[in-house]
Amino acid sequence: MVEIAHRTSPLEGRGFEGDGISLSVAKPASRLSLRAPEGSLPALSEALGLELPQRPKSTSTKGNRAALWLGPDEWLVIDEDGADLMAICGKIPDLHSAVDTSHRNVAIEVSGARSADVLSAGCPQDLSLARFPVGASSRTVFGKVEIILWRRDEQTFHVECWRSFSAYGFDLLEAAAREAE
Amino acid sequence: MLLIHCPYCEEERPEPEFRHAGEAHIARAENITELSDEEFERHFFIRSNPKGIAFERWRHMHGCARFFNAARDTLSDKFLVTYKIGTPKPDLSGEIRRK
Ligand SMILES: [Zn+2]
Repeated sequence: MVEIAHRTSPLEGRGFEGDGISLSVAKPASRLSLRAPEGSLPALSEALGLELPQRPKSTSTKGNRAALWLGPDEWLVIDEDGADLMAICGKIPDLHSAVDTSHRNVAIEVSGARSADVLSAGCPQDLSLARFPVGASSRTVFGKVEIILWRRDEQTFHVECWRSFSAYGFDLLEAAAREAE
Repeated sequence: MLLIHCPYCEEERPEPEFRHAGEAHIARAENITELSDEEFERHFFIRSNPKGIAFERWRHMHGCARFFNAARDTLSDKFLVTYKIGTPKPDLSGEIRRK
């Protein structure tokens, strides 16, 4: 008998719509925690089809794939089409470490005119457009949990967090969204 | 909230992203197996704990995750300078300790 494991999101059915704020659960995506020295970047960038960014807080995107700079030799690669990123990097002989974190993280989309205000309820970074412009991303904290924050456009933030922290993260976002109404 | 300059992120970031990680510039002896118990104790347990300028390791735990070094005034809690691991201890002899 064949048994199929069904994937359930820890945020199944969650969502919130308020005045100038919308919270929704992002679709499942494939994700890679990638570590590599500078010398391996050309080969990895070519294989992934996008330039791995080397400036702090920066990202690069190509279609539905994005690479977020996390540290001087560390990236989060997200593919919203669910591509097999491990297979892509597995073909590269240059030194690197790639760990599939697709099921470790879940993402919440925070959008609307009040998105930065709502995030500021738990995130101590300056989220003004001058300091956190469109395309910026960073590992940081939200309340008591670590998140990765990525500003996809002026009013849309992508919030990645660990699966087991996501209920707390969503609860705090929703509380902030209601409070700021 | 303190803002701490991370030398790897190249900007000031909020204190909750950081962790203190002990005294900086403590070199592990090359001949550690030959140290006496007293010498090892000095290396492993004894810290300077100054009142005034302290050299410390910090980690940008919830940011770039890198360790770096900092000179901090333990009286005022002011960070005088932060610098990358592997770069020499800065000369702060001109700094006057604030009361
Ligand atoms: Zn940093």
